[in-house]
Amino acid sequence: MFEIFGVPSQALFGQLLLGLINGSFYALLSLGLAVIFGMLNIINFAHGAQYMLGAFTAFFLLQYLGWNYWVSLLVVPIIVGIVGIIIERLFLQWLYKLDHLYGLLLTFGLALVIEGVFRNYFGSSGLPYRVPDQLAGGRNLGFMYLPNYRGWVIAFSLVVCLATWFLIERTKLGAYLRAATENPTLVRAFGINVPRMITLTYGFGVGLAGLAGVMAAPIYNVSPQMGSNLIIIVFAVVVIGGMGSIMGAIVTGFALGLIEGLTKVFFPEASNTAIFVIMAIVLIIRPAGLFGRTA
Amino acid sequence: MSETATALLSVKGLEAWYGESHILHGVDFDVREGEVLTLLGRNGAGKTTTLKSIMGIVSRRRGSVRLEGNELIARSSDQIARAGIAFCPEERGIFASLNVEENLLLPPQVRPGGLSLDQIYDLFPNLKERLGSSQGTKLSGGEQQMLAIGRILRTGARLLLLDEPTEGLAPVIIKQIGQTIRTLKAQGFTILLVEQNFRFAATVADRYCVMEHGKIVERFANSELDANMGKLHEYLGV
Ligand SMILES: Nc1ncnc2c1ncn2[C@@H]1O[C@H](COP(=O)(O)OP(=O)(O)O)[C@@H](O)[C@H]1O
Ligand SMILES: [Mg+2]
Repeated sequence: MFEIFGVPSQALFGQLLLGLINGSFYALLSLGLAVIFGMLNIINFAHGAQYMLGAFTAFFLLQYLGWNYWVSLLVVPIIVGIVGIIIERLFLQWLYKLDHLYGLLLTFGLALVIEGVFRNYFGSSGLPYRVPDQLAGGRNLGFMYLPNYRGWVIAFSLVVCLATWFLIERTKLGAYLRAATENPTLVRAFGINVPRMITLTYGFGVGLAGLAGVMAAPIYNVSPQMGSNLIIIVFAVVVIGGMGSIMGAIVTGFALGLIEGLTKVFFPEASNTAIFVIMAIVLIIRPAGLFGRTA
Repeated sequence: MSETATALLSVKGLEAWYGESHILHGVDFDVREGEVLTLLGRNGAGKTTTLKSIMGIVSRRRGSVRLEGNELIARSSDQIARAGIAFCPEERGIFASLNVEENLLLPPQVRPGGLSLDQIYDLFPNLKERLGSSQGTKLSGGEQQMLAIGRILRTGARLLLLDEPTEGLAPVIIKQIGQTIRTLKAQGFTILLVEQNFRFAATVADRYCVMEHGKIVERFANSELDANMGKLHEYLGV
């Protein structure tokens, strides 16, 4: 074992790993928020609840149907995405012409309702979800011990983030999305069914939250308030990165996870507040966020 | 020859509102297959609103808009586009988050028979050179206008609505756009053109409708332009 800046390497890399894990979730969730905000102009406060819904759905699928983690990874985003589509059709579609505040209040209310229902049935203690057999155990990298599942989470969320970025920035479908974000009326006048695209975009963003929930289940316990704890930080990440930039959301998510991890090593007292301090500084220097476009 | 027999687009009693303000008060005109019909009128007369109402962009509208006999007034704007009308807006509508090529390829094909990319590059050689350029909005005004026209030629729509395509452009570019419109007409496109510049319009139009206060107040053919010059100056305030 060796030391870096007087910190044992195992401890330093252990915290960096934790930071990367958290960063993976920050990135996945803020990415979904950015996609939704870009297209719907709605700040989706229900994102944390939808993440929690993803974890619970995976738990139910395993408990009652015996569907394992890998099946859930595929099925849960679709189920949670469909829940999102229903929410959009029932509620959100009526709010687009109104101020941001209405969407924020509505989704905040939804989050309270969803979490309340789950707390009512499952209390606030967490339910365990096992790490899939294929990813049990870990490996010694020499400078640190890496649990396999955590390595998987980091790699897979990176892949999902980059695939989403590619979809939006480099494909024809993404060109429709970007164009409709700028000028939905004109895109519609070219013959594209923009309202349907908006619905599917919300479903996609919510599905990403559901996916993050499945990935989180084996790491954190499955519990009703798992989303509300995380989402506060994710909103700080979004404020720092700036709404509406896909790459910005990804980079900021991972970077802030790492910064948080480093703070835990070198200045543990500040680890819970570091992100909010950074947020305050960014708000003063660049109110639109590091990657944000000014409106 | 009766007008309706050969009308590709037939607009009757078209009314439109923005919120509570009543903008169009019963607009009537036909656009015949293969012609260039020009809507003239001073600023605020309702020309853009007419195009947007045909296109379904103004949601509160009433009356009748028929394309090849099919009523479009109750359809949404994506359905109207798919019926075969393509729209080039006054502000050009080039997307900043799309590169030049993405802008060009954005409008989906709604019918077979649109121009190929090569045919579009033949019309607008500058566009091809600028394809690699990053943002659509980094192009010059003239290039943006060509991009805005070029992209709707691929769609297969045979009726083009062009809203002041020469606005704010240099004379040499205006000439090029005039040439393009004549070429498109020769290729069988039908064009509803909005213009304030009737010297330009005279080089491309078959017929004119003059709008004032949300109504058509005057109609005449290109051959009657000189005879109507006096009135036109009055209507256009030039
Ligand atoms: N989005 C809008 N909301 C309210 N009024 C509008 C809007 N767009 C245009 N108008 C009004 O409608 C009238 C006609 O405008 P427009 O059709 O753009 O005229 P033109 O194209 O002939 O210059 C004008 O009085 C204008 O002020
Ligand atoms: Mg106008």
